[in-house]
Amino acid sequence: MIRHIRLPFTKETLAQIKCGDILYLTGTVYTARDAAHKRMYDAICEYRDSHKDDLFEETLTGKKLLEEGVLPIDIEGAVLYYLGPTPAAPGQVIGSAGPTTSGRMDKYTPTLLDLGLTGMIGKGRRTEEVRASIERDGAIYMGATGGAGALLSKCIKECETVAYEDLGTEAVRKLYVEDFPVTVLIDSEGKVYEYGKE
Amino acid sequence: MRTIDVNMIADAIAEMCVQANLSLTPDMLAAIGGAAKSETSELGANIMGQLQENLKIAGEERIPICQDTGMAVVFVRVGQDVHFEGGSLKNAINRGVRRGYTDGYLRKSVVSDPLLRENTDDNTPAIIHYEITDGDKVELTVAPKGFGSENMSRVFMLKPAEGIDGVKNAVITAVKDAGANACPPMVVGVGIGGDFEKCALLAKKALTNGLNSVHSYYEDSDEFKDTTGAKAGRKQPDAGYLEELRKDLFSALNALGIGPGGMGGKNTVLGVNIETYPTHIAGLPVAINICCHVNRHVRRVL
Repeated sequence: MIRHIRLPFTKETLAQIKCGDILYLTGTVYTARDAAHKRMYDAICEYRDSHKDDLFEETLTGKKLLEEGVLPIDIEGAVLYYLGPTPAAPGQVIGSAGPTTSGRMDKYTPTLLDLGLTGMIGKGRRTEEVRASIERDGAIYMGATGGAGALLSKCIKECETVAYEDLGTEAVRKLYVEDFPVTVLIDSEGKVYEYGKE
Repeated sequence: MRTIDVNMIADAIAEMCVQANLSLTPDMLAAIGGAAKSETSELGANIMGQLQENLKIAGEERIPICQDTGMAVVFVRVGQDVHFEGGSLKNAINRGVRRGYTDGYLRKSVVSDPLLRENTDDNTPAIIHYEITDGDKVELTVAPKGFGSENMSRVFMLKPAEGIDGVKNAVITAVKDAGANACPPMVVGVGIGGDFEKCALLAKKALTNGLNSVHSYYEDSDEFKDTTGAKAGRKQPDAGYLEELRKDLFSALNALGIGPGGMGGKNTVLGVNIETYPTHIAGLPVAINICCHVNRHVRRVL
């Protein structure tokens, strides 16, 4: 089924979306790939470690981590796009901008999902642990077309680097996308799209 | 003896890095077009449509086909009658890569140390493979390699007794495991023979050959043609079986059903390219270098 979605996702929308659906996303997504994930994850672990005597897990929210300067964005309700773009040439919003392989982020993903991360855009398989986290937290994993970076860049209307600028292509960027095409690979019930089982 | 200024090499490499990232060779374009027409799965056909549109935008607006503009793999075949002047050849190649990736707005995807992981910010160093050949020409091949597919590549050290079925199983296993991660429809480079590192290099080289081609060691060797040499009176091995192996693999891999983008369909691979080399009596090395549908390579002879 084809659906046009305005971000952020709501619980009601997520409940209707099934794996195999084609979505056209409009709204804000943040880019983060290997190095940015490691940095966010390490910061969360360090914060938990240094507050282990006075920390109540239920008070650890995306907003709090943003306020405390642990994370550069409010992860709660956010959609992350696993992307490291090519540099924008003069007159371009962004360069080539397709997805990278999601599996490399699997180590860090359950932690982010438990903090309220709602959506992920990438390509390829996830571990069972990530699938189970998606189901538990009612999130969604979407695939964009690998190797279609020129096409996908046309759906990105605004781009601003918001954190980790030193990481170059791996910095965290805030993007505004319009009708960005993705296919649902794991839906909020934890069902996985598998080829041949449409 | 022919003298070549290494700055000529740097200029050529810079241009070739940009060209490779903006356009594919005609055989790749034809294969993608063919797959778009033949794909019957709905989601797979949708992906093939996007890939064709993507290539059009990349060419017209000079946006790299894929954001992973790769690590620059450079094959340099140098005629033994060539003398280089103007400084180090290696530095000239890296200068070309630096300029191509910086001025061409390509992504800098190289970290200086595999564990410390700091970006070198200019995509150097390149991975350079040198070969000395006859004559006074220099042949350059620039093949930017993305790592989504590179990560799914494999080397199998088979036993000779496993034979051709062992080779087929190895290739099918690698492609099956690669699945959606390698951005199908893929191009599969297969290196058979040699030793551990040689088969990997053959597989990489195979990716730069014409799509759906086979090439065996003796094709460019005159060892059997020299009637007075060590092989006098012996027949060159008949590598005619390779074309059949290639066709069998092509059908078997497409029958996996992985399809474009891993969304299901009949186009899992666009091509299988095979290279072989003599090997040891005790071994049957097989390397599978997986490439996505953006199989980039540009060749130039100076």
